[in-house]
Amino acid sequence: MKVFLLYPDRDFDLKQELPPQAEALIQDLEIDILLDAMAQGDSFLRNVAKQVLLHSLEQPELIRFRQSILQDCLRNPDVVRELYQIPIQALITKQKQWLGIFSFYPSSILSSAVELLEMFVGLLRKMRRIVDENMGQFESRGFQRFFTMIQQELGDAYFLEVEEHLKELRFREGVLISAELGMGNEGTNYLLRKPKRQKGDWMKRVFSKRSPVYSFSIPPRDDHGAKAVGELRDRGINSVANAVAQAADHIDSFLNVLRVELGFYIACLNLAERLAEIGEPIAFPEPYPSNTRFHTFQGLYEVCLALTMNRCVVGNEMNGDGKELVMITGANQGGKSTFLRSIGLAQLMMQCGMFVGAESFAANCCSGLFTHYKREEDATMKSGKFDEELKRMSEIIDWLKPNAMVLFNESFAATNEREGSEIAQQIVQALIERNIKVFFVTHMFELARRFYDLKSAKALFLRAERQADGQRTFKLHESEPLPTSFGQDVYRKVFQIGVAQSASPADFRVG
Amino acid sequence: MSFISILSEHNEIFENTLQPDCFPDLNLDQVIQAITARKQEYNLKPFYYTPLKDLRTIRYRQAVMRDLTNERLMAVLKTFAEQMVRVRRYLALSDKLEYRYHQEGWFLEAALVYGKAVTELGEELVSISLSSKGLLAFRDYLTHYLHSRPFEAFLAEAKKVKETLQRIRYCIILQNGTVRVRRYEGEIDYSLEVEKTFAKFKQGAVKDYHSDLSKSSGMNHVEAQILDFVARLYPEEFATLDRFYRQHQNFVDEAIQRFDREIQFYIAYLDFMAEIQRKGLPFCLPEVVQEKNIFAHQTFDLALAHTLRHEKQEIVTNDFYLREAERVIVISGPNQGGKTTFARMFGQLHYLAALGCPVPGKDAQLFLCDRIFTHFEREEDLRNLSGKLYDDLERIHSILENATPQSVLILNEVFSSTTFEDAVFLSKEILQRISDLDAYSVWVTFLDELSTFNQKTVSMVSTVKPDNAAERTYKIVRKPADGLAYALTLAEKHRLTYRQIVERLRP
Repeated sequence: MKVFLLYPDRDFDLKQELPPQAEALIQDLEIDILLDAMAQGDSFLRNVAKQVLLHSLEQPELIRFRQSILQDCLRNPDVVRELYQIPIQALITKQKQWLGIFSFYPSSILSSAVELLEMFVGLLRKMRRIVDENMGQFESRGFQRFFTMIQQELGDAYFLEVEEHLKELRFREGVLISAELGMGNEGTNYLLRKPKRQKGDWMKRVFSKRSPVYSFSIPPRDDHGAKAVGELRDRGINSVANAVAQAADHIDSFLNVLRVELGFYIACLNLAERLAEIGEPIAFPEPYPSNTRFHTFQGLYEVCLALTMNRCVVGNEMNGDGKELVMITGANQGGKSTFLRSIGLAQLMMQCGMFVGAESFAANCCSGLFTHYKREEDATMKSGKFDEELKRMSEIIDWLKPNAMVLFNESFAATNEREGSEIAQQIVQALIERNIKVFFVTHMFELARRFYDLKSAKALFLRAERQADGQRTFKLHESEPLPTSFGQDVYRKVFQIGVAQSASPADFRVG
Repeated sequence: MSFISILSEHNEIFENTLQPDCFPDLNLDQVIQAITARKQEYNLKPFYYTPLKDLRTIRYRQAVMRDLTNERLMAVLKTFAEQMVRVRRYLALSDKLEYRYHQEGWFLEAALVYGKAVTELGEELVSISLSSKGLLAFRDYLTHYLHSRPFEAFLAEAKKVKETLQRIRYCIILQNGTVRVRRYEGEIDYSLEVEKTFAKFKQGAVKDYHSDLSKSSGMNHVEAQILDFVARLYPEEFATLDRFYRQHQNFVDEAIQRFDREIQFYIAYLDFMAEIQRKGLPFCLPEVVQEKNIFAHQTFDLALAHTLRHEKQEIVTNDFYLREAERVIVISGPNQGGKTTFARMFGQLHYLAALGCPVPGKDAQLFLCDRIFTHFEREEDLRNLSGKLYDDLERIHSILENATPQSVLILNEVFSSTTFEDAVFLSKEILQRISDLDAYSVWVTFLDELSTFNQKTVSMVSTVKPDNAAERTYKIVRKPADGLAYALTLAEKHRLTYRQIVERLRP
C-alpha cells in the first residue's frame, strides 16, 4: 500500500538533503514569507512545504500530476482536511497513550505491537469510510488510485483476518515452538508454529502415528528454571514479534507518508485561501520541457510582497518565449528586484506542482534554479566583496547542469563598472552558450549595452518604467537599456525634493 | 612418513625463553611484541628469541618466506589457522561441559572442523606451486595423512553422525511453567502467516525488531532436560553419537598440530611486515654471508616504522656498505639527526637476518653473526660520574671479552659524560681493540677524531636540509666528519658560502 500523492510511483523523501543552492534561494527569494503562509503556524507543514518547494520537478507530466491533485483539493477542501486528520489522530493517540515499541524483549515488543495495531486498525476503518463516501468527487489520477487502493486492500474480510491474528497472538493455548539441534546439540532455529486445530479431519488423526510427549514442570521456587523457560519463549516468538512490530511500523510509516504528502496539499490550500482573502488571482501554470525556452505570463505578481503588504500588488507581463537571456535595467526602486523575485518564485512554485501568483503563466522547466545576488555585507571578513562574489559564482558553476536557470541581481558590481561588466559579460556569455537560462538585473549600462549591441533574437531587454514626471509604476517594459538608473529620482523622493526642481529627463538619457 | 618442523630441516628447534640482551637497546623488544601481540596463544616469542647459527637453516626458512609471498598460499594457511583455533576452542569447551549429549555434541563439532581444516588445506596446497623444501615436505606428509584409512574413516563417521542429528526436528510447547516435548508434526510457520497478512503495508526499510538473543554456548537445566527428552524421542540417532565420542578421543595429528604453531612464525612476521609495506617501504630477503662484505639499500629502523605506520610522517631510508677492510662505521653530526636510529637499524638487520626473516630495505647482504652486543648511553644512568665511567668500562670490557670476530658491536654515545680528553683517550683505546678484533661495529659519537682512526673506520654523518639547518633530513651519508657542516649550512641559507659570495659579487 503506497500513498503516491506527490509522485505517481514513489514516496517523497522528507529527509533528503536540500539542494546546495537552497540556502541562497530561501534568502534571495524571501521564501520564508511564502512558507509561513503555507504553514499557518504548523511547523511540520512548513517543513513539508519547504522540502517539496525546493526539490523541484523537471518533467512537465509530473508537475501536471500534482496540479490535478491540487485542483481536486481546491474543489474538496473539507474532505481532504478530514482525511488529513487520520494520520494526525494516530500521532495524537500514540502520544497520549504512550503507545510504541520501546522494549528489547520479544514478549513486550509483541504486546506493544499488538496494541498499536489495534489502534491503527480502527483508524484504517475510518479512512475506508471517508473514501467510500467521497470517492465520486475526485477526478485526479493520484486520488483515484489512492482511493481505489484503499477500497481494494482494506476490505471487510481483510479487517477480520487481522483481528483474528491479533487474538491468536495472545497465546491462550500456550506457545508452540519447533526446534532443531544446532552446534553442540544446542537447540536452534526456534520457530513459532500455528497449532493444528483438533476439530475435523478425524480420519487422519485416528490413523496417524502420534509422537510420544514428554513433559516436566518448573517447580514454583525454581527462578532459574522460570527464567530459562521465559528465554525459550522469547526465542520462539522472536520472529513473530518482529513481524508484528514491523507491520505496526509499516502502517505507522504509511500514515506518516500520508501526513507528509497530503500535508503539502493542505499547505497549498492554506496559501490559496490567504491569497483569496487578499484578492489576488492564482493560476495553474503551463510547464514546458526544460530543453525548450518559454516564458510568457500576464499579471505575474510577487506573492511574498502581496502576503507582506496584505494587499494586491502590481503585476507584470512578459513575452519571453524563445529567449535565453532576459536583462533588466532601469530606475532604482523601480521594481526590478521584485520582478526578479516573482520570476524565481513562480519558477519554484510551478516546478513543485503548485499554482503561481499570476493571471496566466507558461514557462519551460529548468534543471535547477540558482540565484546570485549582491550581498550587503561580507560576513567572512577574509575575502573582499568582489572576491566573495566570484567565489559564490564559482560554486554555482560547480552545481549547474544544462538547462538550469540563474537569476543575477546586481552581481559583480562590487568593482568598477568596466571590470564588472567585462567579467559579467564573460560569465553570462559562457552560461548562455552552455544552455543556461539567465535573468540579469543590473544597473551597469556597459554590461547591458554589450549584450544589446549583439542584437540577438534570444535576448530580451526590460526596463523599469518611469513616467515623465519621475513617478514609478513598478511596471517593466520591453525597452533598450539606458545609460543610467534613475537614482536621482529616488534621491529626490527620499529628500522630498519637488518634481519641478528636477532636471529634465534628457539630462540622463543618452542614446 | 614423518614431518619434523617447518622451522628447521633436521631437528626440532631449540627455543630460548628469555629475550637476548641486545633487545631493549635495539628496540627489538617492541618489534617482537608487535609481531606476536595478536598471536598470543601460539607462544611465538621463543622462536624470535632464538637466532640461527647455520646458513642452511636460514636458507630453509628464507625459502618458506619466499613461498609465502604467494597471497593465495597465505590466505589458505590463515584459513587453516582460524579453523584450528576453533578446533581447540570446541575441545576445551567440550571438556568443561556437564551434560552428556552437550559435551559429545561439541566434541563432534571439533572433529568436523578439524576434518574440514586439514582436508581443505590438503586440497589447496596441491594446487599451489611450492618451491621450499619445508612446505613441500609438509604437503607430502599431509597428502599421505589425508589418504590414510584411519583419517578417512574418522571423517566419514563424523559427517554421518552430524547429518543424522541435523535431521531431527522437535516441538516444544510452553504453557504456564510446563514444558512439553514431542516430535514435529508439520505445523505451519506462524510468523510467515502474520507477515503475509501485513505485507501490503510494506513501506521500505523499517527497524529490525529481532531481539539479539544470542548467548554464549552453554545450556541451562531446562535446555538440558529438553535435550534429554529429544534423545529419548530419537534413541538410535543419539547412540551413533555416543559411539563416535568413545572411539575418537585423540583425533588431532601431532605433526599437523606442531605445523599449525610453527607456521605462525612466518605468518606473524609477514603480517607485521605488510602493514609497514603499505607505507611504501621495501623489504627484502637478505643474502646472508660468512665473508666480510655487507651492504643494504633503502633500509630503515623497523621499530620506528612500526610506530609511525599510521602517521603521515615519512620514514627516511638509508644506505650503507662495508667492503674489504672496512669494519667500523663511525657516525657523527647534528643531534636528533637519526644517528641512534641508524645504529639500531644496523643491529636489527643482522638479528632479523639470522632468524631467516626478510629485512627492511630494497636489497641487502648481511653477515651471519654469532652475537650482537650493544652498549647505549642512558640518561637515567647519570648518577655518580666516576661510578658511571667505571660501570661503562666494565661493561665494554665484558663485551670485548665475549665478542668474537663474528660478533656485531653497537656502541652509542659512550663516554659522553666524561671530560673531552678522557673521552678521546678512552675511545681511541677501545676503538683500537675493536679494530684488532676485526668485528663489525657501529659507533655513534660526537668525537670527529674517531672517524679517521684507521683504514677500518668509515665516517658517516647525519645531515640537515641545505636551506634550513634547523631541519633534519634523517639521512646518514658517507662523508668525512666535519664539525663545520652545521655552520656551513647556516651560511648557505644566508647566501654567504664562498661560491654564493663570489656569485653575488659578480660584476
